Amino acid sequence: MEIGMLPISASKRGKLLAAGYTTLHSILRTSTTHLARDIEVSESEALEILNFATRSSDLDKSSGSNANVIHGGQTAWDMLNEERFSSLITTSCLDLDNILGGGINCKEVTEIGGVPGIGKTQIGIQLAVNVQIPLDYGGLGGKAIYIDTEGSFMVERVLQIAEACIEDLSEYSHHFYKDNQAFGVKMHPNSILENIFYFRVCSYTEQIALVNYLDKFVTEHKDVKIIIIDSVTFHFRQDFDDMALRTRLLGEMSLKLMKLAKNFSLAVVMLNQVTTKHIEGSFQLTLALGDSWSHSCTNRIILYWNDDERHAYIDKSPSLKSASAPYSVTSRGIRNSTSSSKRIKMV
Amino acid sequence: MANKLINQLGLPKSIANIFTARNIITAKDALSLTEFELMELLDVGMSEVTSAMAHISELVCPPCQTALLLMEQRVRNESLAGHLPTQLKGLDEALCGGIPFGVVTELVGPPGIGKTQFCLKLSLLASLPVNYGGLDGRVIYIDVESKFSSKRLIEIGTKSFPEIFHKKGMAQEMAGRILILRPTSLSEFAESLQRIKVSLLQQQVKLLIIDSMAALVLGEHDCGASRQQALGWHVSFIKSLAEFSRIPIVLTNQVRSHVGDESLMYSFQAQSRSTKGDIPVTFDSHLVAALGINWAHAVTIRLVLESKSGKRFIKLAKSPMSPPLAFPFHITSSGIVLLDNDGIEMKGPEISTIHCQGLSLMKADKLVQLVPFNNLYSFRYSELVSCPAIVATYSYVSRLCMARDICLSILLVLLITISVSPSWMGGLSHCDHTWS
Repeated sequence: MEIGMLPISASKRGKLLAAGYTTLHSILRTSTTHLARDIEVSESEALEILNFATRSSDLDKSSGSNANVIHGGQTAWDMLNEERFSSLITTSCLDLDNILGGGINCKEVTEIGGVPGIGKTQIGIQLAVNVQIPLDYGGLGGKAIYIDTEGSFMVERVLQIAEACIEDLSEYSHHFYKDNQAFGVKMHPNSILENIFYFRVCSYTEQIALVNYLDKFVTEHKDVKIIIIDSVTFHFRQDFDDMALRTRLLGEMSLKLMKLAKNFSLAVVMLNQVTTKHIEGSFQLTLALGDSWSHSCTNRIILYWNDDERHAYIDKSPSLKSASAPYSVTSRGIRNSTSSSKRIKMV
Repeated sequence: MANKLINQLGLPKSIANIFTARNIITAKDALSLTEFELMELLDVGMSEVTSAMAHISELVCPPCQTALLLMEQRVRNESLAGHLPTQLKGLDEALCGGIPFGVVTELVGPPGIGKTQFCLKLSLLASLPVNYGGLDGRVIYIDVESKFSSKRLIEIGTKSFPEIFHKKGMAQEMAGRILILRPTSLSEFAESLQRIKVSLLQQQVKLLIIDSMAALVLGEHDCGASRQQALGWHVSFIKSLAEFSRIPIVLTNQVRSHVGDESLMYSFQAQSRSTKGDIPVTFDSHLVAALGINWAHAVTIRLVLESKSGKRFIKLAKSPMSPPLAFPFHITSSGIVLLDNDGIEMKGPEISTIHCQGLSLMKADKLVQLVPFNNLYSFRYSELVSCPAIVATYSYVSRLCMARDICLSILLVLLITISVSPSWMGGLSHCDHTWS
């Protein structure tokens, strides 16, 4: 019930307080003309303040009553029904899909981090191709946005993975549909490349600007189903003297990305680097950007080497169990690991 | 792009004036504050801030391309779709054509393994005419440690491409395309980079080689934050240089010893390890690349050159488009030659480890000095006179005393005293051009 919660400028707030309006309730009791006269602003501005106040008080008033009255809220039952039909993007590796509950979830922000050379960019490219798998084959038939901050997006590799994906789909259709004329895969690797929107970001200001702009971009391109940021760390690691500012900027960026994911039902995948941290007397590996960043994502996956195999470990997730699964990077992209040892390890 | 002035971005006059009044001149200043902070600072409502920021962001953000467009551009504009062939068949196949344009390629390995030889060959290849597989362009070679030998360059050229180099004046023209810079400090290097950026497109420069990056950085700052910061700035600058000019940039890096009894792990790994009981303690003091993990993330392609049981290998440790292959090679009078074009596929993190076993350095003006007592000391080079005999003895004995650190340092002291004696000095001049 505080004036301080209204999204108005500081001077208007000051005027309200000076005129004696200290609570929302007091604003609601007056009319626009009285308000305009008391705090010496125009009628339209007074109307705007009143609207803000009404909205805020509505939220307070109906907390605890039936969900339909709350503006913008949703019951858990409705959410459950929605989630059942929510879309998942496969990673092309069965073990990895299993521990992820079917694949990367749309409407969520997933962070994937690991040492250099473990395959983060590979997973990013694989997801950008897999999101385009047509609906007939159980995919989403959507487009991808690839935000490249390090310059590690190699077009030749995308072509390799796209061709392998199409080959796999043709094999699948041959297997299940005998009359393959009707269900022949009509995709061409070039069309897959065409559906990946690529942005090359060269500084942190461009990165922030791009995340701001994505709202408009995705409204114009409604079939984008995944946004991959490779990597979100690079520009924030250099030339930042003020760490507190960095934390605030990162916080705002991650909030915007979460809003994007929720509003447009798309998946946001952020790739992160590693750094060493001094914990309990020894150095350990941890994902970069600090502790406060680790709260910004919904799910967190760490890629690491286990003996000679690449493994993925679910470090943080509200709905998935902590488990690790092996995967491998082949010339065709991310695939199941070929070792015969026990697969998924529950931790 | 982020330095655009706000009053030139087409915002409504009122809000643009407020921005200027609060000393937010460039787009970068505006984007470096959160929207809430801007609201407080500018004393305007949230909706106005949001719409102003949306407008600024749209103009500042990079243009949208599609992957298809990128590929078509490369195929159309660049030779071999943007690769510099190294003439090493196996390596070129693995790298989809050769050293790619627009990205940073790193060569890392112990001293004397052949990094500079590789760089010399590459600079020659870039200066060759297109019908011989070159880029027909100029090369800028930044030689920090004064290792560039033009005599050796001509030798490589005459042996590998005799038909070009025996023509009159061709050797002069080829060598004339290679410009060597010798910066003595990091700031001088930064300055020459700025100058290069300006003249890059005008002078048809097709390759930039920095030999070695580590010597430049390590010589200057102490360990820690200041070095990381300096390095960070240079890394982004070099990367943006590569991309903006679409040329390959090749850097060499040094190695340092990693005297750890266990490799770095994540916290969840540490927990599961402790329940297992015994942690296998290894006395394996293998080598790691210098310049840290930040650097390792920043380079796009990392080629590790190592020596294992007397044989030299070049490994594709980090490459977004190649399988983890290792190729055996040796150095001849015509540069590096692969012994096997198929390569051995390496599993696991083995591809990134650097070995230095049994390396007989025929031409080595540096000897690795490991000071193993105190883990805080990393690597120090010492310029020792060397001859094959000493080095062979050293590597043999060092293999024997791998775990016995004390022996190693005593041995080194012995070596220093022996090498100072004048009889070995005469052997120096013979060591220059003998290649195994």
